[in-house]
Parts: sequence; C-alpha cells; structure tokens
Amino acid sequence: MTDELQLYEVFIRSRRGLDHKHVGSLHADDPQQALEYARDVYTRRSEGVSIWVVASRDITASQESDCESFYDPLDDKPYRHASMYQMPEGVDSL
Amino acid sequence: MNDNVVALPDEHKFQARIDAEEKIEPKDWMPEGYRKNLIRQMSQHAHSEVVGEQPEGNWITRAPSLERKAILLAKVQDEAGHGLYLYSAAETLGATRDEMIEALHEGKAKYASIFNYPSLTWADIGAIGWLVDSAAIVNQVSLQNTSYGPYARAMIRICKEESFHQRQGYHIMMTLMDGSDEQKAMAQDAINRWWWPAMMMFGPHDGESAHSAQSMKWKIKRRSNDDLRQQWVDQAVQQAHAIGLEVPDDDLTWNEERGHYDFGPIDWDEFNRVIAGDGPCNRQRLAHHKKAHDDGAWVREAMSAYDAKRRAKSSAA
Repeated sequence: MTDELQLYEVFIRSRRGLDHKHVGSLHADDPQQALEYARDVYTRRSEGVSIWVVASRDITASQESDCESFYDPLDDKPYRHASMYQMPEGVDSL
Repeated sequence: MNDNVVALPDEHKFQARIDAEEKIEPKDWMPEGYRKNLIRQMSQHAHSEVVGEQPEGNWITRAPSLERKAILLAKVQDEAGHGLYLYSAAETLGATRDEMIEALHEGKAKYASIFNYPSLTWADIGAIGWLVDSAAIVNQVSLQNTSYGPYARAMIRICKEESFHQRQGYHIMMTLMDGSDEQKAMAQDAINRWWWPAMMMFGPHDGESAHSAQSMKWKIKRRSNDDLRQQWVDQAVQQAHAIGLEVPDDDLTWNEERGHYDFGPIDWDEFNRVIAGDGPCNRQRLAHHKKAHDDGAWVREAMSAYDAKRRAKSSAA
C-alpha cells in the first residue's frame, strides 16, 4: 500500500428503490477521484445508477470476535418473532 | 456528487418517472409540493410511532405476567425504532429532526388520532396490538410501494418487524376470551371502545380526503382510504368472531354481492374533534412528549460536551 493514497469503500445502488450495497474498495487521492475510479472499476457493465464512496478510516465497525457479548442481550427474546404466537385455526391475516 | 447534474427541473419528467413505477431517490429533482407532502406524511407517521408508545407504555409496569411485560417492552421498543427509521427517512428530504419535533410540539404536525384515546385496562393492550397495529399494517403494506425510495425501504423494514405486534395483541384477546366472565367482558369492552377509532385511522372517505388525489397521482399513497378500510374490516371481523367477540356495529352485514362486509356510518364529528385537539388524551400526550424531550435535554448536552472534549483532546494530541 502506498503512503499517499487513501482507502475508500464503494457502495452501489444497482437500481432505483434499492439500498446502496457494499461492493469493494479502492485507493484514491480524494473522494472525487474515488468516485471516478469506482465508476471505472465497479460499474463497467451498468451495475449501478448511483455510487457512494466513503473513506475506510471513517467507518466504525463492530468486531465479529465480540459477537457474544455485543449481541448477548438479544438472543433470549423469542417473543420478538411472530412464530412464537400460536394462532387459532381458520383465522386469516395474522 | 451531483454537482454536474444537467437534467432541468421538469415536472413532466418527474411524473413520467413516477408513472413508470420508478422510485424517487433523495438527490433527484422533485417538485416542492412532493417534498412538502412527503415530509408532512412521513413526519406524522414518525410522530405516530413515538406518541403511540404512551398508551402501551402505560401498562408496562402492570402487565399481568413477566412474559407479557417483556413482550410489551419489546413492542414499545420496536415502535421507538420505527419512529427513528421514519424520522431518518424524512431527513433525507432536508427536514431536520428539531424542526419536526418542534412542529409536533406546536401542534402544527399531527399524529395518528387514535393515540388520543386512553388505555384503561389490560385488555386495551390486546385491542391496540390487534386492531390498531393491524390497521397500521394494512396501510403500511400498501406504502411498501410508495414512490419515495427511503420511505418505501423504511416501510419494508417496519412491516417485517411489525409481524409480532398484531399477533401478541390478538393473543392477549384470545387468552382473555378463554378466561372468566369478567375477563371476557373486559375484552369485549376493549373492542367496543377501540373499534371505531381504529376505523377512523384510515382517514376521511375518499371524496373528502384533503391530500388524497395529489398523493395518489404522485404515488406517495398507493391505495385509497376506503379501499384500505374495507380490507381491514373484512379481516378484523373474521378475527373477532373467531374468538367470540362481537363487533360494536349494528349495521355490520356480509354483502354477498360485493364480497365484503357493509358497515355503519363513521362518526366524523368525533374524528374531527379528536384531530382538532379535543380527544380524551390530546393534552396529556403532547405534554408528556414535551416533558420527556425536555427531561432528556441534559443527556443531549452531556453528549455534545463529551464530544467537544474528545475532539479537543484528539486535535491537541
């Protein structure tokens, strides 16, 4: 990795109505250049209608190794799922 | 990234895009009216999620079992999350959170009128989950197809999470209807009080709805108030009868020819009165929201003070 170039993460909206999705990353001097590189690298076959680039160092991420303690309070709540509630037979739209 | 957009503001192009079922995304050109109409609808939708926590929150400390309490807490937590999704989606249109909250506090922005009714008994928690959430779901399912991308995506997320809300409500009603005479009476009393306000949730009849025609043309709304209301009545009546509840409408009859239930007239005077601020709990709901907002001010201040301190430290380092 060169010292000068920054790492950017690239997100593409493949069509209107869909969320931007992470597709990869690239090196660039500045955001505008990252955008143009992203166009050249990731959308050569009309893969998208909109691109976001974000400097990787600006992303704060959780660690998968911390999963256990990070998500622990959510694991024992089956009542958040509709399937926990038994509905009587013949009742629709529930 | 839109510095070089060359497309001229063009209502015709915009409408053509809508007509072709394409979504509108935040940086697209859009008519001012479309933006305003969306901010109005989405912020009111967000306010409804948040104010709706109050009648349910009223019973968290008095839920009849630990399990019911945990379920209700989880549901109310979901509603707060749904409010957040919707505020965030509205912010993509340039509205700020502060402006939206201020409009609510000043009475300029409304929220679903049904939350101005009190939750008097535990059965009301059943009735709210079952009737109010199912009415909201019928509406929200149709909005998964709304023309504004961020709104449509928020609706998809919300509908997915909402799936347990209606069931837990119905489950409460079902359990009460399986209980003592007093418990059955309590369930019947709850549907008696919540049925008509739930009917009103779909808004005025199509001919009298202030924003409907333009919203349909812009595909912000996808189905008419009356159409959604009918779908809800058809499913809710069946669900009520299945557990032995009576629907408090003497005119309710199955119309073989239409394949739908006919129902009695809605009391629009009551609807207008409650919307205008004179429901049983309007003042209480707003006062509580303001108080919660004001009581939280020190947290927001502490967070920004901490942030400033951290920034000063890292720039000094």
